[in-house]
Amino acid sequence: MPYPFTRRFKRLSTGLLAAAAVTLTAATPAATDYPTVRPGARFVFPREHGAHPAFRTEWWYVTGRLETREKRDLGFQITFFRTTPKTDPANPSKFAPKQILFAHAALSDPSVGHLLHGERAARAGFGLAQARIGDTDVSLRDWRIRRLADGRFVATVKTPEFALALTLTPRQPPLLEGKDGYSQKGPLPEQASYYYSVPHLAVSGSLTRKGTAQPVTGQAWLDREWSSDYLGGGAVGWDWTGLNLDDGGALMAFRIRGPGGRQIWAGGSFRRADGRVVRFAPGDVRFAALKRWRSPRTGAVYPVAQRLSIRLPEGVRRLDLNPLFADQELDARRSGMPVYWEGAVRTPGGSGYLELTGYADPLRM
Amino acid sequence: MSLLSARLALGWLIGGEWRAHPARLALTAVAIAIGVALGFAVHLVNGSALSSFEGALRSVNGRADVQVNATTPFGFDEALYARVATATGVADASPVVVLRATAGTARFTLLGLDVIRAAQVTPSLIGIAPAGVDRRTDAAFDGQALFLSSAALRVLRVRPGDALTVAANGKATQLRVAGALPGVAEGQAIGVVDIATVQWRFGRLGRLDRIDVKQADGTSTAALTAILPRDATIGTSASDATRSDALSRAYRVNLDMLALVALLTGGFLVFSAQSLSVARRLRAFALIRTLGLPRNGIIATVALEGLAIGLIGSSLGLLLGYAVAYAALTRFGGDLGAGYFADGSVRLAFAPAAAVGFFLLGVFAAVAGSVLPARIAARVAPAAALRNAGDMIDPRTPVPWIPAAALIAVGGVAAQLPAIGGLPIFGFASMALILAGGIAGMPWLARTVLAPLARRSGRSVASDLAIHHLHGAPGQAATALCGIVASTALMIAMAVMVTSFRGAVDEWLGQILSDDLYLRVEGSSGFDPAAQAVLRATPGVAGIAFSRQVPLTLSADRPPVTLIARPVDARFVLLDKADRLPAGTIPIWLSEPAARLYNWKVGATVTLPLAGRYAVAGIWRDYARQQGAIVMRETDYSKATGDRTRTEAAITLQPGADPVRVEQALTARTPRGLARFVSIARPATLRRYALELFDRSFAVTYLLEGVAVLVGLAGVAATMSAQTIARTREFGMLRHIGVSKRQIVAMLASEGALLGLVGGIAGIALGGIMAQVLVHVINPQSFNWTMATRVPWGIVASVAGALVIAAAGTATLAGRRAIAADAVRMVREDW
Repeated sequence: MPYPFTRRFKRLSTGLLAAAAVTLTAATPAATDYPTVRPGARFVFPREHGAHPAFRTEWWYVTGRLETREKRDLGFQITFFRTTPKTDPANPSKFAPKQILFAHAALSDPSVGHLLHGERAARAGFGLAQARIGDTDVSLRDWRIRRLADGRFVATVKTPEFALALTLTPRQPPLLEGKDGYSQKGPLPEQASYYYSVPHLAVSGSLTRKGTAQPVTGQAWLDREWSSDYLGGGAVGWDWTGLNLDDGGALMAFRIRGPGGRQIWAGGSFRRADGRVVRFAPGDVRFAALKRWRSPRTGAVYPVAQRLSIRLPEGVRRLDLNPLFADQELDARRSGMPVYWEGAVRTPGGSGYLELTGYADPLRM
Repeated sequence: MSLLSARLALGWLIGGEWRAHPARLALTAVAIAIGVALGFAVHLVNGSALSSFEGALRSVNGRADVQVNATTPFGFDEALYARVATATGVADASPVVVLRATAGTARFTLLGLDVIRAAQVTPSLIGIAPAGVDRRTDAAFDGQALFLSSAALRVLRVRPGDALTVAANGKATQLRVAGALPGVAEGQAIGVVDIATVQWRFGRLGRLDRIDVKQADGTSTAALTAILPRDATIGTSASDATRSDALSRAYRVNLDMLALVALLTGGFLVFSAQSLSVARRLRAFALIRTLGLPRNGIIATVALEGLAIGLIGSSLGLLLGYAVAYAALTRFGGDLGAGYFADGSVRLAFAPAAAVGFFLLGVFAAVAGSVLPARIAARVAPAAALRNAGDMIDPRTPVPWIPAAALIAVGGVAAQLPAIGGLPIFGFASMALILAGGIAGMPWLARTVLAPLARRSGRSVASDLAIHHLHGAPGQAATALCGIVASTALMIAMAVMVTSFRGAVDEWLGQILSDDLYLRVEGSSGFDPAAQAVLRATPGVAGIAFSRQVPLTLSADRPPVTLIARPVDARFVLLDKADRLPAGTIPIWLSEPAARLYNWKVGATVTLPLAGRYAVAGIWRDYARQQGAIVMRETDYSKATGDRTRTEAAITLQPGADPVRVEQALTARTPRGLARFVSIARPATLRRYALELFDRSFAVTYLLEGVAVLVGLAGVAATMSAQTIARTREFGMLRHIGVSKRQIVAMLASEGALLGLVGGIAGIALGGIMAQVLVHVINPQSFNWTMATRVPWGIVASVAGALVIAAAGTATLAGRRAIAADAVRMVREDW
């Protein structure tokens, strides 16, 4: 879940979208027109893989690790977002902004030392951008993620610096986050999202850089989340991690930070290799900085290495998250995007992604 | 004595001359200044207008690399957007709906945009919601949100947060001012709304007017061109510039040429003044030459004087020109009232290159005007010059006429050559050659005319003396004549052209305004078939012919032609007509400019960006739409476009119907929303209005013409008075041999009148020839319309009269002053 989509969205078109984004992040009364996320919904697959256009926002968020033939370790992120702005439903125009789609892709290469990234955005329609209902198939011009009949996901993205064409094969059933997919994000019960993850996706495909394609393999994590109103007031950002553990276990944890780094809410879940799931209450999750890194571009100080403590029935388990390299800050302000840190991390006995938002500027809530 | 060591002598010569005759030198400097000022002012105004216009175009276009533009105001199918967006070489594409909108009485361009695409392709066209407005809405996709440029905010007198009812395409809707468009250039009234709202609220569902394209690096537009349907064309910044340039280029170049004429006459003034100054100082020059000054020393002296005059005059001229341009822009607008640039304010842009150019032209005119007479003077042997300060040309040597005839002949040939790039370059060259030929032929003409007169004698003493003087001193006579002829010729040429044009327009107005009442809806809305039926049934109306005019882009680098849908009947007056048309074609009738611009002949099959095959059934006269117009039967138009709204109507009244009553009835029957946009006019009013427009667009022409005439007359006056003053000794001598003062004055008056008459007649003849070039070469080549010559006899006669009177009058006045001194002193000057 905790992707700074709201900020990214907000600045996308140099401010024009600002108001829309603020609506997203603020607990506004406008959301009354959208369905409210409540506990007790029953997820049906593959329906939930598809779009839920009634809800205000939704995303298909893939993060993972890639290995090249030369055994070099890379991180990647491919994300598709969908949002439903409040518009006049009577407008018969094909340009009516009933759905807006965004996509983002980034590549973490330690030998480059910073992120390579690219993005797409469009209102749905004209065959140029659409998000299918019923199963995953989201496309934005030449960018696309879809689920094949056999359950595999296929994702293709092209940026000026790299292109990815990946097949993601699930090896585990979806992990419903929170209470059967109802994931609370703040003290109020309506501050929540529907949320499931698909960890341990086997990755195969190709990575193209400087015009040459090379085969890659790896492991990825898919986050699926949709909501109309999920962030409580007072938050300035969040820390989130999703880890594929080598024994087959999967761990997701997040905390929502208030001013001064105060933890407003936290949550997550741990699915053991045998399939049993432990869900975390806000008091069960603790993030502690091990190493901070100051961005030379923005001056923001990110806790790029963290010690994550989770309370399990057998006791507190500590996982040290160490980044692939420190500078995984995504500074896409040139294209109207926010600044945040989204990086591949390793932990003893596993690997995954760490996301740190609200460190350059507080999120406007 | 080298030139360098002659500095002192030169200094004395120049300084002495300037001390002795400051007024004459000042006058010549002023003449140059006026020429430079006019040229520079016209150039500045034109340049500023064009750059403002292009700036406006760029603002509305948002500086996209390439655009796909609709060829008609009906736009093209929005499905093209997907094809363009995915075409090879297209990095991104932004769909746009463009409408002319009104709010209250203010007009602005309303753009319907997809903010996400525009952010990538044309970021200058998207707004920022200022802090303070409600931020808890989807401002970017809010259908009500209207973003306005600062100029639009000003003319509409609204602020962010205000509600505003906007009308376009015959529909009105309420929007909310959400913010500003900081990327739009100052002075451009533009509003931006979400594209879906514009399509829905202003009746444009399924249609786009434009697709702005961001190209992938290093790609051509070929792939794009291949997929375009008939109703769309590719536009680039280059074709935009060509198009806005084409809009008024001919008009601007013609004004530039007129300004150069003013400079040319200024040059003549310098020439005549310097000729006489040289003539008077011949003895001084001769003396210095005998003391060792080289021959070219004289030329150098006079050239330096000319340079000084040129420098002073040109500097003054630039300042004056800038001031005039500023005044003209603030008072008349960028097209000087000609109506080319409809809206957008024009800011004066200083043009350094043009300033340098006109400065140099002014200096060149002054130096050339000085060097020519100096060269003649330098050829005279010093010994002869020392004794005799008279005419340098021996009246007994025959004057060659071949160079003059050759110049005129070459000019005649040049007039037959076609335009270059839509500009009548050879036409102007032809006029210059004919003028030069005419002037070169003046000494010959003066001799030819005066020789028979000089042989006869026995009239009054005064006229005999006058004729013999002119015959005996042909150089002086020719000098005076040059100025007269040049200014008369130009004046007559312009007068004949404008008279012919105005007469043709007047006659044409008579042809087209053959109905009793004309009704017109302003703006883009119009009468639907129901409203048309209601109007048709108005009591007192015998017939009502509805029509519609829409712009139609035939070529991306040309301004659109006007497509006129109207009933076509036998009353339609044609210049040319096809005998028969190819089977299965729809007839269209081209205006003369359209036929010439697109080189379409009667009977030819042509392709229009509309459904169907078309053939040219005829060509009609049109002086209103310089970019061309196409008439199509309104039934054919409805079939091709599906558009049944009409914006204009020509009404025939029943016999005895009261026009005022019918007017009121028509107004009352107009649909309510349209009533305030409808205007009804009688033919007389329209005719008056059209001629007013004509006169306004020629106002600058009249002004330039007037200045040329004044400078020319000033030249004549200066020449006459200088010649007279130079002949003081001659008058003293005449007094001594018994000629009375009165007779001398009469002699001078006769000389002046004779010069005026000869010069006037020659000038009028030359002007007549030049007028033919203007009317039949320059006008058709510049504006693509033809007309018959009409001679303004009144003006011709008064010009001739004014010249005779001015020449005789100035000669008399100068003569009175010259003979005021006593005879003894006058003779003593002869040493």
